[in-house]
Amino acid sequence: MSNRETAPSARNFAIAGNPNCGKSTLFNALTGLRQKIGNYPGVTVERKVGEFRGLHGEPMTLLDLPGTYSMQVRSPDEAVSRDVLLGKRTDTPRPDAVICVVDASNLERNLYLVAQILELRLPVVVALNMIDVSEANGMRIDVPALGHMLGVPVIPMVASSGRGVVDLKAALSDPARLRVGTMAPMNPAFDREVQALAENLGPAEPVAISEASLWISQPVLDELPAAQRSLVEQSQARIQAAGLDPFSAPVEARYEWIHQMCAAAVHRSGSDSASLSDRLDTILTHSLWGWVVFASMMALVFFSIFTVAAYPMEWIDAGFAALADGARSMIPEGDFQSLVADGVIAGVGGVVIFLPQILVLFFFLGLLEDSGYMARAAFIMDRVMSRVGLHGKSFIPLLSSFACAIPGIMATRTIENRKDRLVTILVAPLMSCSARLPVYALMIAVLLPTGSAWQKAGILLCMYAVGTLAAFGMAWLFKRTLLRGDTPMLLLELPPYRMPVLQTVMLRMLERAKIFLVRAGTVIFALSILLWALATYPKLPDGSDPADALAHSFAGQMGHAIEPVIRPLGYDWKIGIGLIASFAAREVFVGTMGIVYHLEDVDETSQSLIETIRNQVGADGMPVFTPLVCLGLMVFYVLAMQCISTVAIVRRETNSWSWPLFQIAYMTALAYAGAFIVFQGGRLLGFQ
Amino acid sequence: MNPGSIKPLAECNVGESGTVRAMDMDAGPRQRLLEMGLLIGSRIDVVRFAPLGDPIEIKVRGYFLSLRKFDAAKIQVEVL
Repeated sequence: MSNRETAPSARNFAIAGNPNCGKSTLFNALTGLRQKIGNYPGVTVERKVGEFRGLHGEPMTLLDLPGTYSMQVRSPDEAVSRDVLLGKRTDTPRPDAVICVVDASNLERNLYLVAQILELRLPVVVALNMIDVSEANGMRIDVPALGHMLGVPVIPMVASSGRGVVDLKAALSDPARLRVGTMAPMNPAFDREVQALAENLGPAEPVAISEASLWISQPVLDELPAAQRSLVEQSQARIQAAGLDPFSAPVEARYEWIHQMCAAAVHRSGSDSASLSDRLDTILTHSLWGWVVFASMMALVFFSIFTVAAYPMEWIDAGFAALADGARSMIPEGDFQSLVADGVIAGVGGVVIFLPQILVLFFFLGLLEDSGYMARAAFIMDRVMSRVGLHGKSFIPLLSSFACAIPGIMATRTIENRKDRLVTILVAPLMSCSARLPVYALMIAVLLPTGSAWQKAGILLCMYAVGTLAAFGMAWLFKRTLLRGDTPMLLLELPPYRMPVLQTVMLRMLERAKIFLVRAGTVIFALSILLWALATYPKLPDGSDPADALAHSFAGQMGHAIEPVIRPLGYDWKIGIGLIASFAAREVFVGTMGIVYHLEDVDETSQSLIETIRNQVGADGMPVFTPLVCLGLMVFYVLAMQCISTVAIVRRETNSWSWPLFQIAYMTALAYAGAFIVFQGGRLLGFQ
Repeated sequence: MNPGSIKPLAECNVGESGTVRAMDMDAGPRQRLLEMGLLIGSRIDVVRFAPLGDPIEIKVRGYFLSLRKFDAAKIQVEVL
């Protein structure tokens, strides 16, 4: 059947498995830090490859396939996995063999994917993971018998402790053991149609039958060109005429085969008493205690983001300040010094400062995910999310966006349905991210010079509420208009609670940090230079009052240009400069206000800046920053897009420019309307 | 409920067990349920409902799966 018996030993492996089967843990146990993450060319599907050594030290590569329950394609991720395993992607060679990770304690459902991968006619090694859990549950698995029936090596293991990893390597390093296994017997009528379709679809390739079999049982064929689609549909019709359902018959045949194997190879002892996990769930999803625990968990995550992360953020802030000072002392005074110190270092530092929050967020998200609690959070929140037409699965990306929309938008990758994912991406930046905090803090200080901490916290909370309500409202609107569609079926596995593996959590956290630094850093770097230039050029003729330099610059001219538009919001041209400057990154507003009012080294707690802002008077001698202007500005910052890194991420994740541009447009309109209502409405009601 | 009676999964009570007898839905979602191991003839146990009453959590093939009542209403179960 295969020519692999004579082929040199295998070098390229792929690793596949259901979600929650321990695939990432095994991937990390094999490859450690030797991992590379990128994207498949042309699609926004993540490609993760690791390197490891075989039993005899030979170099091997391992391609991580996204966790999935089935080879039947329902998302772009799954289409890529299928094409890789069929050898149909030019950018990725067909793997020599596939490691199928199986959760031994949930054997039947996990073997389903193995049955499908065996049908791709690739050599398979089954990693029978979490064998300790299945033994503790009273399952005794006859491993040799299971291996014999599947026709491939089955390696019992515990990936989290490293047990069985050497045995797995021994199997991978031995060409004689890498075999194309057995397949689930299908109905002959089904097999005949698959054979016929494979011949009709095109050139006789070894994978043609496997491919035809996948197409014939796929209900949605939008991926295929019309001619091929009609061939597949004709085959499906003939199978139906023969009294079979092409979509369910192969599934039933595989489960029948699996059921027979398990009946022969799995021996159960002891009663099926309620597990610890199940007993935990009676509390964690209880109608009262479930909410208490849920709220506490979320509060803990938030608390950590704002407290634990505060220390490293101060260090980063001080580090960049020292760096800027160093640059000022080393580079002679002039434009270049200003570019490096005020442009590049200040601009990049303003973004890197959020790294600790991102690390903390992803550390906790990793813990929640790995422990199994995340699925419960989706379970508890699904009803709430369904009110606006979304899934429980959209909850975590939206929650993450409170820290930063970038990881939040990256977290939408777990949402299978394209429209739901788009809606989540579109509203995620409305959740108040940490970059808005400096702006809120400044405005609240100006607004309430003598207010108590409770009053200030109350206003801050209101801003978070405004953003959250706007996000839910817009999601509701988008689901009913632009991205109308049936809410897809929610099928949420609630895996048993497990102790998180620290290595897995840490690696995922570092992975996300790296993506944040690289993606956000490059964009911000370029933008900092641009903003600096806009605020610096053209220069005043010699002898002019340096105080007019800003008004004379491009930024100042732009501020004057938009003044008529922002007048109805109560803003003057100087605030206009702040709005323009913070188009790329909202936290730039604070620094820009400092530049505008001729102050150096300002931050949001700087008393002098707050005083200066409060004392600003307009041409008419009236204060500029009235309470309504401060509130309106805050509402504007709640609702406006103002983050070029987010725009870049949305462009990547949606693979188009139209969605990020639409997002900028609708959010800017929303922000303008919000600030307008606060200012003009407030004045009508007699406020200042 | 009387053993042997057939009713939608969404109307089953916590603690009830049954056998799947029919799934009246489109081929796509139906296939997803099948692939998760929920076949005609599979035994399921109703474990609990989420705090707000939806979704429903069931046990099938030894693991726990949750789905919305909207979809569970289309699954007919013969109560054991």
